[in-house]
Amino acid sequence: MVDKTKQPGRLRPAPENFLSEDQVKAVGAGRRDFLRKSFLAAGAAIAAPLAARAAEGDPNILENPAWTTSLGQPVATNPYGMPSKYESQLLRRESPGLARVGGASVSFCPLQGLFGIITPSGLHFERHHQGWHDIDPSKHRLMVNGSDASLLKKAKVYTLDELMRLPSVSRIHFIECGANTGLEWGNVAVPTVQYTHGMVSCSEFTGVPLKLLLEDCGVDYKKARYVLAEGADGSSMTRTIPMEMVESGEVFVAYGQNGEMLRPENGYPLRLVVPGVQGVSWVKWLRRIEVGDKPYATKDEAVHYIDLLPSGLHRQYSSIQEAKSVITTPSGGQTLLDKGFYNVSGLAWSGRGRIKQVDVSFDGGINWQTARLEGPIQNKALTRFNTNWVWDGSPAILQSRAIDETGFVQPSYGQLRAVRGTKSIYHNNAIQSWKVAESGEVSNVQVL
Amino acid sequence: MSRFYKSILVLALAGASTAALAFDNYGGVGRPATAAEVKAWDIDVRPDFKGLPKGSGSVDRGQELFEEKCASCHGSFGESNEVFTPLAGGTTKEDSKNGRVKGLSSGELPQRTTFTKVATISTVFDYIQRAMPWTSPKSLKPDDVFAILAYLLNLQEIVPADFVLSDKNIGDVQKLLPNRNGMTTDHGMWPGASVKKGGIGNGGVPDTKNTACMKNCKSEVLIGSRLPEYARTAHGELADQYRSFGPVRGTRTLGPEAAKKAAEAGTFDLATKSGCMACHGMKSKIVGPGYAEVQARYKDQTDAEDRLVAKVKAGGQGVWGSIPMPPNGHVKDEDLKTLVKWILSGAK
Repeated sequence: MVDKTKQPGRLRPAPENFLSEDQVKAVGAGRRDFLRKSFLAAGAAIAAPLAARAAEGDPNILENPAWTTSLGQPVATNPYGMPSKYESQLLRRESPGLARVGGASVSFCPLQGLFGIITPSGLHFERHHQGWHDIDPSKHRLMVNGSDASLLKKAKVYTLDELMRLPSVSRIHFIECGANTGLEWGNVAVPTVQYTHGMVSCSEFTGVPLKLLLEDCGVDYKKARYVLAEGADGSSMTRTIPMEMVESGEVFVAYGQNGEMLRPENGYPLRLVVPGVQGVSWVKWLRRIEVGDKPYATKDEAVHYIDLLPSGLHRQYSSIQEAKSVITTPSGGQTLLDKGFYNVSGLAWSGRGRIKQVDVSFDGGINWQTARLEGPIQNKALTRFNTNWVWDGSPAILQSRAIDETGFVQPSYGQLRAVRGTKSIYHNNAIQSWKVAESGEVSNVQVL
Repeated sequence: MSRFYKSILVLALAGASTAALAFDNYGGVGRPATAAEVKAWDIDVRPDFKGLPKGSGSVDRGQELFEEKCASCHGSFGESNEVFTPLAGGTTKEDSKNGRVKGLSSGELPQRTTFTKVATISTVFDYIQRAMPWTSPKSLKPDDVFAILAYLLNLQEIVPADFVLSDKNIGDVQKLLPNRNGMTTDHGMWPGASVKKGGIGNGGVPDTKNTACMKNCKSEVLIGSRLPEYARTAHGELADQYRSFGPVRGTRTLGPEAAKKAAEAGTFDLATKSGCMACHGMKSKIVGPGYAEVQARYKDQTDAEDRLVAKVKAGGQGVWGSIPMPPNGHVKDEDLKTLVKWILSGAK
């Protein structure tokens, strides 16, 4: 590995990768004043000509680097492009010990390194119930039928070719697993925002409104008030969707995601999009839609994805993801390298519509300031917020609080637990707190 | 009504009539499903048992099938917590009488099992039929599913050991489930109609009510929980999970020893990926020499690294016996160097 302390670097201390581990440790121990001195010393220690050059300015400017003085790669060297080799850290990751079998596990999206509101398709979180398959689209079929002949005039079968001929819609929506942040219902359990909140992602999906297909089959809306969506994987995941959502035109069967076809891990070639509703209802590898007159109480709405209340009752069919937000920069598992200006940034979303406002606190919720919302602010989509912060080096607790267009205000842990206790798993939308220590290390804490 | 609104109304009605004719608007798109096709895929079973196939199975037959197809993941008695959460246990006779599992409210339950939660037996039938066994879903015939479910119901002490479960009596069994009255839909997280309007939710009324206070909202900050020290390192080296430039850096959670170990593990993976481990062992000979043997032979030779890199790249014969080492042109030069350095430093 290159010893970056020996490289003539920038003269001003900056939070870049040229700090050695020892220097990072020194910063961690609260010794920030050493930075300027050590850089001066480093300058003096360098061989004389280089030191002289360093005094003239930054060698990265004074000496043209290789990429400015040589021939680069031709087009289509990577016919399906990959991120820069310097971007190898941001990956989907599993949380150790969460599940015993990978086929029924979760991989978390690295929210800590993303910008804006769109999740790169390759980093979209995964949750499978019986492993994923890469399904041959020429062999995939979508069937629409009724639980009873009186609910639908004609059961029909569609191929991908046919679905892609129909009028399409493209909409940006978040998808959040009902269990996102579920590891923290009882207490703090994981270190970074990837593991606390990484079961949320946001994409532009393209497909056909389910309403169009149901009407093509002659649905009787008066009788058929529920829809069962079923997947083509081993688990044949099934979930009940209310017909109101279908009739509104919001629910659609999607084949496109961020301008390309869905990725296999996200349901290629067809999945349901149910905006605002927990991810388990967005059935992947969608193969069948059944219209019915009663809810279905499938395994994942009668054994899992039910919320245990202090009374011992389980809430069933809890589907909407209520307003929630989290600061992603800075966030847990990071270290602030120096005092000074930071653009504090994060994400907010609501299953009930648009985000109206996000407030940020630096003192654990005593005082709040309203953050800037970056555009676009879309219905049931992630919304990026940011705000200015000058860190003076003293301990701080950072929080964000989302308010959606219905006026709903994201609750604190104390408020959430007062109603739902601590034994739930799903729908944890409490305000997240990140504690900044004097050393600059940011850690996960819960403020009641 | 103004003329303007009348014309809007006429347009709206025209729109409505088009919508009513929408059926079969998309000529050539989709085709009717055959009865056999619907039968093949329409496998869901509802709480009112619509969709339930005919069939029956005994507890005894269920026990045989369970042992053969289910026990490796769920334990012979559905008690295992190794692969999935336990299926059976955690309820009392009293619970079965009341239809509510008391342990859920008293906090006495160490862990929720399937039968402490489920309120409808149709759910379990449906799931076994569509998704089990784990590695070969949809391979069970209806009689098998009835039998396995009968065994589970017996484990849960809902039916006696000589019971035969069938499509005829499964409805009666549903009325005996220990948590059959344990579900509520009175919450705001159902996006459809409320109970009042014939649906199942409360119409969207949330259960928490925070207010958007801005100044002096409380007098002190109560920290309820912090990240425990063991959890700080449980997710590995956090520094490697962040970009190495930008306004913040990932915290280095593991010491230099761990970093060295991780690098070594990386080199081992590289050796495996490059195909080296097929012929070389860490210590002793497989086809070619073990890495410890290579290290021992070259330990005093100063030019060993360059010579070995060249040798691995070009292949060779004679030093360790008659079987030649093939050339390794597929391995990048820098990877060759990494591998040779690793071997000479006592590969681990």
